[in-house]
Amino acid sequence: MEFITIKETAQSIKNKRISINELCEIFINRINQNIDLNAYIYYNEDNIHQQLSVHKNQDNILNGIPLAIKDLFCTKSMPTTAASKILKDFRPTYESFVTQKLLNKGSIFLGKTNCDEFAMGSSNTTSFFGNVINPLSKENIPLVPGGSSGGSAAAVAAKLCLGATGTDTGGSIRQPASFCGIVGIKPTYGLCSRWGIVAFASSLDQAGIFANNVEDSAILLQSIAGYDNQDSTSANVKIPNYLESINTDMSGKVVGIPEEYNVEGIPEEISIVWENAINQLEKGGAKVKKISLPHTKYALPTYYIIAPAEASSNLARYDGVKYGYRSENTNSLDEMYEMTRREGFGKEVKRRVLMGTYVLSAGYYEAYYLKAQKVRKLITNDFKEAFEECDFILTPTAPSSAFPIGEKEDDPIKMYLNDVFTVPASLAGIPGISIPFGKSKEELPLGIQILSKHFDEQSIFNAASYLEKNNV
Amino acid sequence: MKIDKNTTLKIAKLSRIKIEDSEIEELSKQLSAIVEWVEQLNEVNTEKIEPLSNVSMAKLPLRKDIENKEDNSKEILSNAPNKLQNYFVVPKVVE
Repeated sequence: MEFITIKETAQSIKNKRISINELCEIFINRINQNIDLNAYIYYNEDNIHQQLSVHKNQDNILNGIPLAIKDLFCTKSMPTTAASKILKDFRPTYESFVTQKLLNKGSIFLGKTNCDEFAMGSSNTTSFFGNVINPLSKENIPLVPGGSSGGSAAAVAAKLCLGATGTDTGGSIRQPASFCGIVGIKPTYGLCSRWGIVAFASSLDQAGIFANNVEDSAILLQSIAGYDNQDSTSANVKIPNYLESINTDMSGKVVGIPEEYNVEGIPEEISIVWENAINQLEKGGAKVKKISLPHTKYALPTYYIIAPAEASSNLARYDGVKYGYRSENTNSLDEMYEMTRREGFGKEVKRRVLMGTYVLSAGYYEAYYLKAQKVRKLITNDFKEAFEECDFILTPTAPSSAFPIGEKEDDPIKMYLNDVFTVPASLAGIPGISIPFGKSKEELPLGIQILSKHFDEQSIFNAASYLEKNNV
Repeated sequence: MKIDKNTTLKIAKLSRIKIEDSEIEELSKQLSAIVEWVEQLNEVNTEKIEPLSNVSMAKLPLRKDIENKEDNSKEILSNAPNKLQNYFVVPKVVE
């Protein structure tokens, strides 16, 4: 047994072919052999053994399943850093809603995964705890795992856990899933509670899942979704049993293909993969419809006003007073704030806080922030109209495969363009998945993205499951 | 440049982030490039469009105003970089 999928492993546990302790030892070994990937910020064998010693069996498919948690979720039994120096010794005094749900179902947390600092990045190169290496890297050329949830994606891809949580603000689950050749789903905004997740851009942040196949991602999403009165944007909707409801019959389904996603300079290999996925869906009986999302090109600039603006106010709480890092040897309160934030935040985080402060400052608020919120409305309307004509939308996940560490570091805008296909759905709050579909010329995985209406995750799982079975 | 050195200094002050003189020019350049790039939004006609601040379909819920008494000051203080008795300690503010 390889113990790669949750569904099979759960069967093995249930049939007593393997004990939970034995299973965790396998994963501990795998992690120890792959420390170089730097996928985990916090990983401690004693902590895992401690969990095992008090583990109570639950009648649930996640009973005993070893998972990894992005280090943006507050966990009571492990430090939570958001990959930032400013939180490097932070010990949450409470558990996030999402991780509590996973614990209640009997899962085991192997550790906390690396990510971009405060989830700001697309390459996992902004972490205070160092870069994560994409496990698919070829010799001598370490590749990025994508970001911001790069550690979670790398851990799942390298089989250092059976599934992982992530957060997605502008593509932070879907893009790394694409780069690492695994499945990553960002659900509808409001499906999963944000309680206990370190905030980046609150109107965009959403928890989601990484897994090795579509079925596992359905199992895990089911487990973390649900209403929470501690999050005022949490939606009180009925969560279907995604796994049991998966229906791969595509006949009569209408697939929307947005012409605006055919952006200039998109590599041919990505167009080919997109074309192949369209053909496969057609073979399954789906109807293909060209649709238009006319404001697509404005999504990135809209995002890079709204996200930094929200980040600048969310990150105001890191002042060195109540928790986290404090600069030593300062003489006044103001100097303490300024030095703490100078020394505690990394380059990209500072850049975004400054950018956000600028667009929110007197005289600029209307020209930038309010303008961006209006364009956001137009982008959301585009999707609304599109879904009147189609059941789901199919696009590439990212404009490239995983690139070498160090590339695009000199130019922030170049790095931002990584999220060109994922950001529009984030702004509209609609759900999206990335599944591996085809390979680049260098034999690196490429992802295809499926988007659907608010709270219609089931359509996504259906189409993704079909494409997974009919991968070319 | 869209964001000159003085503006950079001003927003750094507002953000309570100390920046060194040697960093100002590079930072101003980078921020200007980003601001110029996001200004493509000016091409979009947004007349009569309401700004969207919340994509959540959920109505803002009301909750009962129930008193809750718990003393978790110990927990709250447990991460403080500097504390004394039941207080957070900061550098002296008044002489």
